[in-house]
Amino acid sequence: MSIFVDNNTRLLVQGITGKEGRFHTQKCIEYGTNVVAGVTPGKGGQKMGDVPVFNTVKEAMKNTGANCSMIFVPPAFAADAILEAVESGIDLIVAITEGIPVMDMIKIKNYIKNTKSRLIGPNCPGIITPGQCKVGIMPGHIHKTGGPIGVVSRSGTLTYEVVNQLSLHGLGQTTCIGIGGDPINGTSFIDCLEAFEKDSDTEGIVMVGEIGGSAEEEAAEFIKKHVTKKVVGFIAGLTAPPGRRMGHAGAIISGSSGTARAKITAMKKSGIYVCEDLGSFGEMCADLL
Amino acid sequence: MKIHEYQAKELFEKYTIPIPDGGIAFNSVEAQKIAGDIGDFPILIKSQIHAGGRGKGGGIKLANSFDEVASITESIIGSPLITHQTGPEGKIVKKVLVEKALKIEKELYLSIIPDRTTEKIAIIASEAGGMDIEELASITPEKIIKVYINPLLGIQPYHCRQAAFGLQLSPNLAKKFITILINLYRLFMDYDCALAEINPLAITADENIVALDAKINLDDNALFRHKDILKYRDLDEEDPIEIEASKFNLNYIKLGGNVGNMVNGAGLAMATMDLIKLYGAEPANFLDVGGAANAEMVENGFRIILEDNKVKAILINIFGGILRCDMLAKGVVQAASKAGTKIPVVVRMEGTNVEEGRRILSESGLNFIVANDLKEAAQKVVQIINIHEHIC
Repeated sequence: MSIFVDNNTRLLVQGITGKEGRFHTQKCIEYGTNVVAGVTPGKGGQKMGDVPVFNTVKEAMKNTGANCSMIFVPPAFAADAILEAVESGIDLIVAITEGIPVMDMIKIKNYIKNTKSRLIGPNCPGIITPGQCKVGIMPGHIHKTGGPIGVVSRSGTLTYEVVNQLSLHGLGQTTCIGIGGDPINGTSFIDCLEAFEKDSDTEGIVMVGEIGGSAEEEAAEFIKKHVTKKVVGFIAGLTAPPGRRMGHAGAIISGSSGTARAKITAMKKSGIYVCEDLGSFGEMCADLL
Repeated sequence: MKIHEYQAKELFEKYTIPIPDGGIAFNSVEAQKIAGDIGDFPILIKSQIHAGGRGKGGGIKLANSFDEVASITESIIGSPLITHQTGPEGKIVKKVLVEKALKIEKELYLSIIPDRTTEKIAIIASEAGGMDIEELASITPEKIIKVYINPLLGIQPYHCRQAAFGLQLSPNLAKKFITILINLYRLFMDYDCALAEINPLAITADENIVALDAKINLDDNALFRHKDILKYRDLDEEDPIEIEASKFNLNYIKLGGNVGNMVNGAGLAMATMDLIKLYGAEPANFLDVGGAANAEMVENGFRIILEDNKVKAILINIFGGILRCDMLAKGVVQAASKAGTKIPVVVRMEGTNVEEGRRILSESGLNFIVANDLKEAAQKVVQIINIHEHIC
């Protein structure tokens, strides 16, 4: 078992003919993902390798039965691409694009609530169910199949570090999700925790957060009430100065809120094991999970 | 992007939000001319820097004559202003806003922000204005009104009534307040603001409502559709090294320690800083070369780290994944030899061809220390710092 993506995922890629889109589509195919279509307006009828390209998402879905879209469209056009996918009635949208305006995301978030689509990201590495399906830009080979750990994270390369340590310590993953480093994201920690709690193959959960906002505090509250599985957490940014945006649009301590220390405290209070030494993360998980 | 108060007030004028009479001056002659146009005393001289806390820091002063306008302007311009947001070295003031000082009955607080938690646009208002919102929240939390707006619906009359009645305004003032609120919301949406704040929003003795201060931050990600606002960017307010870094799509923030570090990805970069600290040294900077780091970025990163002469050791942590480590190693070697530095560099990298990459580093003849994992990297760089401090 797994969450959100598996062997049945039929992937379409919006922005498949761009440099990034082309490169990572190829990597997903090599990993074993069933990529069925691409969408680039004006390039309908062409092919990217074996993958047929369509002008619109609707057309692509009708012809190929795609049920998931990965988005590589540049930030200025990404909101439009996401909304097109939502309106077409696709199940899952994974937006890799970094730099989408906050206002666009707030509008999308308020619209998507009343639809059947789930959005992961934006500004994220994507989602992978090891051995089955990779929808994103993460390196596939660092993952280990068979579970029993579910991973959810706001970061990209930090997630790779964590996953790599898990795999090296013999802990496989059910599914790893990067929910993205923006202030507003489609899928929250809580959405993923809820899904991992329900997933029978997931026995333990790793949650990687960072400074900014209060998503980790809310997740901690949720875990206390609704999650029975063990959770190991990590928070990046203990040394980050207040008022500065640390690379990710969402990683900023505003006044006294959003600090790493406050998040760690809230998580510990909720019974989450918080690792403060990233160098020993895998070791700690092997002991606990 | 942050902009100055006087620039925010230009936007207010465009959106017919009332502001005091005044203008921007770069010297005492200009300040006196503006004072003459205002034609009435007292007059406020307000330092224009991006940091908050200007009043408490002595950057806002009252003048009662033309002579005072000149002398105050001269004392402010060219001198550093130190506030709780500037750091101990302060910020040199280059211009002042010269404004008519009004007779105030009451000070309100009003701001609009994108709210992360509710994923709506939040209006925040309080009848206890004048102090900053953090203070307000701790001293009079019961007086803070929050109204949430679904941007797909836009601001509705009932949103405005909730705010106005919450502020206990008389019908006459409520009407004026609502007009300001609607205009501020329009400005906020039109320009993709990250913050639009009026504090204080003053009720004057003659029953008007005027924006005494104005603070607007813009969403950097949305600047591509607001080219007209780019002229408001003030490079004097930014750190020169950070500007230099941004030219190469590098994200650099100076921190003050002595271990320089260069990492791909923001989360891992923060975590690496934290690790340096945890193992007993101080990070000199945050430097994110982007998830897909390449040799050119590493080279520029090197140059930028070395501009900080406090740096005594460098830690490079690249989790490449699909990145080829041999290519990266070649880039690092080239960058280090170009920079001609003797500073020891601990390199930890992960990705394809990692063995080859490590071999290239150790055979380069340069001062590289190869680490096999993150823990080892942090231990080694801290060791170097400790030895350095022992010798010095």
